[in-house]
Amino acid sequence: MELIVVTDATVSAELPAVARSLAGRDESVEAVTFAGAGAEAGDLARDLARELGGHGVGRLHVAQHALLDDYAPEAWGSALAAVIERLAPSGVFAPAGHRGAEVLAHAAARGGLPLATDCVRLAGGDDGTWHVTRTRSGGVLLEDAELTAPVKLATVAAAVEVPQVPLQPAGECEIVESAVDVPPELARTRVVEHTASETGLSLATSPVVVSGGRGVGGADGFAVLEELAERLGGVVGCSRVATNNGWRPHRDQVGLTGTKIAADLYIACGISGATQHWVGCMDSAVILAINTDPEAPMMQRATYAVEGDVHEVLPAVLAEIRRRAEEPAAAEPAEQQV
Amino acid sequence: MDIVVCIKRVPAFGAQVPLTDDGSAVDTRHLGFTIGPHEECAVEEAVRLASAHGGRVTVLSVGPEEAGEQLRYALAMGAHQGVLVDTGTTDLDPEATATAVLAGLADEPEPDLVLFGDASADAGHGQVGIRVALARDLPVVGGITGLEIDTGGSLRATRESPSGTELFRVPMPAAVAVKEGLNLPRYPTLPGRLKAKKAELRTVTCDPEPGGLHTVGLRRPADDRAGAVPLGRGAGAAPAVVDVLAELGKV
Ligand SMILES: Cc1cc2nc3c(=O)[nH]c(=O)nc-3n(C[C@H](O)[C@H](O)[C@H](O)COP(=O)(O)OP(=O)(O)OC[C@H]3O[C@@H](n4cnc5c(N)ncnc54)[C@H](O)[C@@H]3O)c2cc1C
Ligand SMILES: Nc1ncnc2c1ncn2[C@@H]1O[C@H](COP(=O)(O)O)[C@@H](O)[C@H]1O
Repeated sequence: MELIVVTDATVSAELPAVARSLAGRDESVEAVTFAGAGAEAGDLARDLARELGGHGVGRLHVAQHALLDDYAPEAWGSALAAVIERLAPSGVFAPAGHRGAEVLAHAAARGGLPLATDCVRLAGGDDGTWHVTRTRSGGVLLEDAELTAPVKLATVAAAVEVPQVPLQPAGECEIVESAVDVPPELARTRVVEHTASETGLSLATSPVVVSGGRGVGGADGFAVLEELAERLGGVVGCSRVATNNGWRPHRDQVGLTGTKIAADLYIACGISGATQHWVGCMDSAVILAINTDPEAPMMQRATYAVEGDVHEVLPAVLAEIRRRAEEPAAAEPAEQQV
Repeated sequence: MDIVVCIKRVPAFGAQVPLTDDGSAVDTRHLGFTIGPHEECAVEEAVRLASAHGGRVTVLSVGPEEAGEQLRYALAMGAHQGVLVDTGTTDLDPEATATAVLAGLADEPEPDLVLFGDASADAGHGQVGIRVALARDLPVVGGITGLEIDTGGSLRATRESPSGTELFRVPMPAAVAVKEGLNLPRYPTLPGRLKAKKAELRTVTCDPEPGGLHTVGLRRPADDRAGAVPLGRGAGAAPAVVDVLAELGKV
């Protein structure tokens, strides 16, 4: 059987298809999630089972223990290791992302098993070896690798190539509750406090990001980027040079070790376009580069390029926006006027 | 407060990533090397904790002899001693790397804290720290961007999650994998660099068994972007820029 690990309230749609494509002819695809010993765990499991049933997954194992009621990496990992030992699946999948990767790494370490993270392609071989492609450094490189073990673990990136497998008919997903042993000392790494994030535009989800790098020249230089971002309904981002110089806080950093974004519009001001920055912004629909150096990689890879000094170009752009806003008649085609 | 920080020697590349002809590795003939940003923050945090609470910082690296260069960089930042686990290469699978880290830790006195990066800058498996912690029976938390020592002597570690901030309170000894943003790492001073140059590194040799994840080769992803459309130069480009913004419905 193949086992899908569910660490959140929803199931990633790609996982059942990936698991199905790696399952042998007579192998089932099942799922596992975690719950405390209380009654409210039941509702969550029923919702998940409905969703999984829709993907043709026939059984949801609910690992239950008082220590599993809230996210606890070591306890969840140890419970997963116990379930793996009992069910002996040939493959175990979780979505890439913090929880999935963390829980699988714990289970892999406990079971002495290999784990391939951030897989974008997974295929089975005749000898039971899997051939996977994983992304390295946030997508800078692709790594082709082989995974060989009695139980193979993988985290699956959202961008995975979804394999062409016959659609599984939707059906009932049976809930199997099973108490697991969790060593009591694993309570040591439970989340003891959650603080909800402030609502509002965040770098990760903003439709527009106006980002600045070394070329902005200093912390004060970001004022004009702030103004443009506000005008466009977006937020300000930055490169690692801006962070390292203390011009911007790290939460503004776009890139491999910052935030990965997929904005409608990304404006890169005085940013050269190093690979580690590029992988953070490359999923944006439109990229506009403003740079004094026409040869800068960002100027080559962007959708639009403006050659020039940020502090000349941006004030002129703001002035032009204001000018058009003040004389709408002049800026709009005549037929739209009444 | 004795702290061990695990750092990896990784190639530093710019806009292009050169690969060897057979695609088996990054072609590093013309590249410099560095330590990853997460690990730089780990070193910085260790140095700050040791100076606030007393104690020594040991940096440990698994790789070729040349990884001594990265250990010395960390010493120049303020770490006290370096351990090089000589495996001849950094291209090991995560199980083998963990085995080698453990070999390096074996002869060290029990540290209060072992710090890792959340993911190595090149391979990014996100699991070496967890494997090492488990083998040493240490509690481990990852993705940490805030770290404090409680009055009771336990750790307060925070991390960002999609829904907000999560707080862990972890007894020591413990292992923690940290992320960039935890602090602003210092640049080594010149006297620091000179002192580090002369420092003695402890070398352990290790030839770990490979694990079950075997790298076959590396590839660059297809880049299907079609070259930028020039919108002009300097202030004169403003009308063309605003046309684009209008077309996108942003103004
Ligand atoms: C493991 C690793 C992870 C990393 N992670 C990240 C990350 O998450 N995010 C990130 O950004 N970087 C990251 N980096 C750093 C990255 O490699 C680059 O060093 C960094 O992105 C460069 O920032 P920059 O473009 O602002 O500076 P530079 O590369 O110095 O480029 C500045 C640009 O500004 C232009 N310019 C100068 N003056 C002006 C002006 N007046 N007007 C307009 N243009 C001007 C120049 O022509 C140049 O192109 C990482 C590096 C490593 C090794
Ligand atoms: N070759 C190495 N030498 C020392 N530490 C390493 C090495 N590889 C990985 N690590 C540590 O383990 C962390 C996670 O690595 P990884 O599992 O490869 O993402 C890194 O940030 C380092 O702290």
